[in-house]
Amino acid sequence: MTLDQQTTIPIRIDELVARTAQMKKDGLRLVQIGCTQVGEDFEINYVFDKDFVLTNLRITVKQDTVIPSVSGVYWGAFVYENEIHDLYGITVSGINVDFKGMFYRTTIKHPFTVTVTKEDTPCQNK
Amino acid sequence: MSKQITVPFGPQHPVLPEPIHLDLVLEDERVVDVIPSIGYVHRGLEKLVEKREYPEYIYVAERICGICSYIHSNTYAECIEQIMKIEVPERAQYLRTIWSEYSRMHSHLLWLGLFADGMGFENLFMNAWKLREHILDDMESTTGGRVIQGVCKVGGVRKDISPEKLDEMVKGLKGMEPALRDLTNVFLNDASVSHRLKGIGMLAKGDAYALGAVGPTARGSGVGIDLRQTGYAAYGKINFKPVVEQSGDSYGRCAVRAKELFTSIDIIEQCVKKIPEGPVEIKVMGAPDGEYFARAEQPRGEVVHYIKGNGKRNLVRHRVRTPTFTNIPPLITILKGCELADVPIIVLSIDPCVGCSER
Repeated sequence: MTLDQQTTIPIRIDELVARTAQMKKDGLRLVQIGCTQVGEDFEINYVFDKDFVLTNLRITVKQDTVIPSVSGVYWGAFVYENEIHDLYGITVSGINVDFKGMFYRTTIKHPFTVTVTKEDTPCQNK
Repeated sequence: MSKQITVPFGPQHPVLPEPIHLDLVLEDERVVDVIPSIGYVHRGLEKLVEKREYPEYIYVAERICGICSYIHSNTYAECIEQIMKIEVPERAQYLRTIWSEYSRMHSHLLWLGLFADGMGFENLFMNAWKLREHILDDMESTTGGRVIQGVCKVGGVRKDISPEKLDEMVKGLKGMEPALRDLTNVFLNDASVSHRLKGIGMLAKGDAYALGAVGPTARGSGVGIDLRQTGYAAYGKINFKPVVEQSGDSYGRCAVRAKELFTSIDIIEQCVKKIPEGPVEIKVMGAPDGEYFARAEQPRGEVVHYIKGNGKRNLVRHRVRTPTFTNIPPLITILKGCELADVPIIVLSIDPCVGCSER
């Protein structure tokens, strides 16, 4: 069994930059930023690590919400923020390296918002 | 100030097996800025969770990468197992560890060959790939596949390895150790290789950590992050010390990979000594309801698989953060200030896997 520990902390969008800055001050490494569509909402996970303990700051937004960039705190965050914009169409303001929708070359605009789920059926081996 | 010019590097370049584009802003021969551009091979594999039910999606997860394929399937399976609280049989955990280390060895030997080729050292390239064949042969004889193994499943592994075969594998690895020493000795001590790598592509320890570098890119700069220390699979029962170099240059990153070959042999040997008898899989019922971030140490560094399920056969989300993706910002920092002629070798020194990154 893994020794990995992880905690998810839901936060408000206006807390994001300050909480991220505190993470940096406390010596945590930015592991990743990822987005998950849940119904009409989008959960964005900002995952940090220190000594193999994961802390996940989560904001929940709508697609038309403009979220502030944390690339001013963690310079490397621009890859994740451009990815979220290109795949989900969520605008991130103030990215230090902004590809303006050209990070991924996709034939469908914001492809991860197009739902292809088949009709729900029970699990085969349930 | 000299006049600035922009030189495109990639997406097709002799040292790049996969497409990535860098706009290099130069003053004379010195790189002053770098603008990366990816997205040439984005496949959207994560989106397939909506079409494939979670047990069969492991085949998709394994195909995220053609080099560290096995570890992708292993991490995906572990993520599901954590959500569903499945206790995988101990023998399966050891087998997963053995195959993970074989995967690391074949990836490192592949990279050492490509790196030698990038330096124009053709004979060294051929020697590295000759040794890699032995590793691939063992992978094929135990799993049925050289590149895509298809042996990992949620709840364990599909195949067992007999005690005789395990002993034969350790003997084979021990037998190739002198040849590996000869090979790595050239990378570590040859004057022409050292001249090409030492002091080239510097990444300071503080920058490596702050920019999120992982794997040999981080460990070559003195940042001792190795996810195997978390004890996933059977790593918690194995004694090993992560290889860490302090130089922060291309030589340091090369030395980490060269020395890790021997750590892998040692881990495999310990696994073979400790592997218990027993089943290699358990029957899995139901579907995952919850979320988890599973992490593992791939040859290029930390990989993250995030899964969110709602108790149905199709997952809500599978998100993968590959090591190369998080090594892009450190690469940009490394390249700033270097000479144009050193760019190919520096790009290779982070062992970029672009197809893996874009998924």
